[in-house]
Amino acid sequence: MKKLFLMVAIASFTTAAFAQSEKYMAAMKSNINAIDTSFKNPQNLLTLANQFERIGNAEKTQWLPFYYAALCQVNYTYMEQDKSKIDGIADKATELIDKADALQPKNSEISCIKSMIASAHMMVDPMTRFMEYGMESQTFIDDAMQQDPTNPRPEYLKGQGLKYTPEQFGGGCGTAKPVLQSSLDKYGVFKPASELHPNWGRERTEMLIGECK
Amino acid sequence: MKRVFALLVMLPALTVQAQVKVAGNITDGRGKSVAGVSITLKNTYDGSTSDSLGNFSFSTSEKGKHILETSIIGFRPLEQELEIGTSDIRLNIAMKELITELKAVVISAGSFVASDKSKGAVLSALDIVTTPSANGDVTSAFKSLPGTQQVGESEGLFVRGGSATESKIYMDGNLVNNFFYSSTPGIATRGRFNPFLFKGTVFSSGGYSALYGQALSSALILETIDLPERTQADLGVSVIGIGGGIQKLSKDKKSSWGISYNYANLWLGFAINKQKQDFYQIPVYHQGDANLRFRTKSGGMIKYYGYISTNKVGFRDADIDSVVLKNAFALENLNTYQNINWRENLGSAWKMTTGVSYSTNKDDITNELQDANNQKQTITNPSFYAFKNFKLKNKAQYAQARFVLEKKLGGLNAIRFGSDYFYSEEKSTYTLYDGSQFSESVTDNMNSVFAETDVFITNNLAAKIGGRLEHSQLLAKWNIAPRVSVAYKFRDNSQASFAYGLFYQNPERKYLPSVAGLDFSRAAHYILQYQKMNNGRILRVEAFYKKYTDLYKTASSVTGREVATNNNGFGHAQGLELFFRDKKTFKDVDYWISYSYLDTKRDFLNYPQAITPSFAANHTAALVVKKFITSWKTQFNLSYNFATGRPYYHFAYDNAQGKYVIGDAGKTINYNSMSFSVNYLPGIGKKNPKAFVVWVLGINNVLGQDQVFSYNYNNAGTRKEAVTPPSKRFIFIGCFMSFGIDRTQDAINNNL
Repeated sequence: MKKLFLMVAIASFTTAAFAQSEKYMAAMKSNINAIDTSFKNPQNLLTLANQFERIGNAEKTQWLPFYYAALCQVNYTYMEQDKSKIDGIADKATELIDKADALQPKNSEISCIKSMIASAHMMVDPMTRFMEYGMESQTFIDDAMQQDPTNPRPEYLKGQGLKYTPEQFGGGCGTAKPVLQSSLDKYGVFKPASELHPNWGRERTEMLIGECK
Repeated sequence: MKRVFALLVMLPALTVQAQVKVAGNITDGRGKSVAGVSITLKNTYDGSTSDSLGNFSFSTSEKGKHILETSIIGFRPLEQELEIGTSDIRLNIAMKELITELKAVVISAGSFVASDKSKGAVLSALDIVTTPSANGDVTSAFKSLPGTQQVGESEGLFVRGGSATESKIYMDGNLVNNFFYSSTPGIATRGRFNPFLFKGTVFSSGGYSALYGQALSSALILETIDLPERTQADLGVSVIGIGGGIQKLSKDKKSSWGISYNYANLWLGFAINKQKQDFYQIPVYHQGDANLRFRTKSGGMIKYYGYISTNKVGFRDADIDSVVLKNAFALENLNTYQNINWRENLGSAWKMTTGVSYSTNKDDITNELQDANNQKQTITNPSFYAFKNFKLKNKAQYAQARFVLEKKLGGLNAIRFGSDYFYSEEKSTYTLYDGSQFSESVTDNMNSVFAETDVFITNNLAAKIGGRLEHSQLLAKWNIAPRVSVAYKFRDNSQASFAYGLFYQNPERKYLPSVAGLDFSRAAHYILQYQKMNNGRILRVEAFYKKYTDLYKTASSVTGREVATNNNGFGHAQGLELFFRDKKTFKDVDYWISYSYLDTKRDFLNYPQAITPSFAANHTAALVVKKFITSWKTQFNLSYNFATGRPYYHFAYDNAQGKYVIGDAGKTINYNSMSFSVNYLPGIGKKNPKAFVVWVLGINNVLGQDQVFSYNYNNAGTRKEAVTPPSKRFIFIGCFMSFGIDRTQDAINNNL
């Protein structure tokens, strides 16, 4: 009977643990899948960010929930029309990505988010903020490339930035296309470490290249 | 056994079925619903986000005691205990708004902020150099803002009926004496410092903080940059001279040093722009500076800035009292300035700022009467003519130490207090036509203590309350100056501010030494402001009333020098000002308009009665337009300044009455000036350019409009002559290069 009890205890413990990780996988998967459709209604991005943050806070040791929470927040800033709100949301994204960074230092994907946050700050007032945040954004992209040369996202972000920079400032399709093409090549061979790991941006890269035909 | 197992397997399924619904509504405590709030059952995945009506709802299978967290940007996060049983839970949660910089009202009465970061900034740091009427001069850009006068015959800021000496300039908290190059008669001089030295500027046209004193009208508070963004070298060539410098940022980006040298010689500038005066000594300037900056371990900064310059100028103009003679004026100047500033976070929300500055100034002035052949005319009988031959040597040194402690008290509430000590020693030797010399020396020790608190009652209501106590050893007097400002934000995010303060100032050096028993001169400011800022537009309306008491009256001393004699002067100034800036309406066009109405009268110095001073126009307006044309890589800047005529007077000494009377008076023509500048940046967009180049073309008074600043009278008051700018137009062409933005940076780094 004692043996049985022990067995039951172990079994229930492991199933609980298994259930926990299954729960994590399931929650993450459904939320990650929801990101793409959320762009139609930006408010949903904030809802998703909150869900990722909840998972991150509950799990405590996983960096991905914080990563996705920051990704949702920073994507939201790109949709926000009221520029006076952007700095606040971008600061929230920084708070989240710093948590991810603490769990997973020197990660290329995390550097990509940091670059996106700097770009968000810059867009509030590009003329006066370019010097500071434009440089910061560039530095994080360089870090991201260095941290993982196979990651296609740094080049996607760089190419996207170039495409929307006027030709006179060294941007435009001419300079953007080779960078985007190189990113797309990397997407071709890129394998995320798990089905929860970042694996986004390919469609937009294709779209941007399409616009540069 | 099997049943136990089945039970175990079924357990999770059972809990799923026994879910409890948690729903509720979130308000801000004043009944307004809050959207976007994250509601979380702590340490679980369960939670929700409130909708636009503040409603939320989620289901959970958790049981027992839990903590419910609610959080959103700008509100204090809440945690509350929740006992989850079997029945649904309904909650009404009131959150408390945090007072944050992003949301809070800005106390802005009387002040204009030029900064790239600060919320409520009206200008950016770059605006100061791209405002064409300013010619790259730090203070001149502020002449396109309301409250300032278009005074062209002398330097400095004339603010709201105040003279230029009533405006003081502070660098990192320390008062800067001789901010401008030494005065020359009828020609305004420029500020000494490079505008790129500063990252933020606050121009206060009244009601400024208790941290500053000794300015009756206005304070210009300059903050130098911390660390440069990168290592670079600069080189500039223009019609007025050449200059170069280097800035080196350490690899760990924690410290930097820099040096620069500028040589200005106006020979070429004057060849292009014919001057009214006959310059027998073309203005020549040598100027060098150095800086050293460290970031400390706890995120503080230690900054050193040192400056040295020497310049000389000499010019002759027709003497107003005679037909054939000329008046020749020559000046040589040597100026040094050193400033060390240390800002440190002391922990527990305490912050310290301390600074020490030391500066010296030396002027050698010679004034001569000359004949048609430029030979000195010596006159021996002591008539007014004789006094035109003189020499004046001024030597001054100033030292200041300042200490400010600040404690953050949660939210944006703060208290700061400190003291400052200011030592000045000014010596002059005046040599008369007959060789007799008069030497004078004035020293003063000023001690001040001050305290100020920022009180944010809500995001919508804030106050700054402060006071300053000063003692001048020279006057042997104390003064106490209260300062209060209050700001309130309306529902549409516009805001109203009110400021009140008392301001004291010592007599100007040139009216000293003087009789004993003088007191501080005094001004009281009352300012009411309305401001609306949204998405690229700023509207600001300000009304003010300023009352002057105890202004200095002067009289002639035995040596013919004007000295302060009593505090019987008085005056007032009142007006209405408007500022509108718009970056939005026209694509890629940024413009601003300022308008000031001023009504002022005062009796001070040698004025016979209360009159509108010669530096005050009733109506002043400015328009600044900037447009960047991307495809041309060129920025076009235009400014138009307008002011109605200013009064001018001749004070004649009436022997019968034994005092000055107004002998003649009038009003100048209206002032109009359009300036234009073009900045061409060919390097934009080049891949790895070796140098980043900016070409600048600037033309002042493009239309060549007639400008009369004032009139000079001859001694008898029978003839007057217009004071006009030295040249009708001034054309400036320059090329400024910086190296080391991209790849060359590595080259520079390796060679340093």
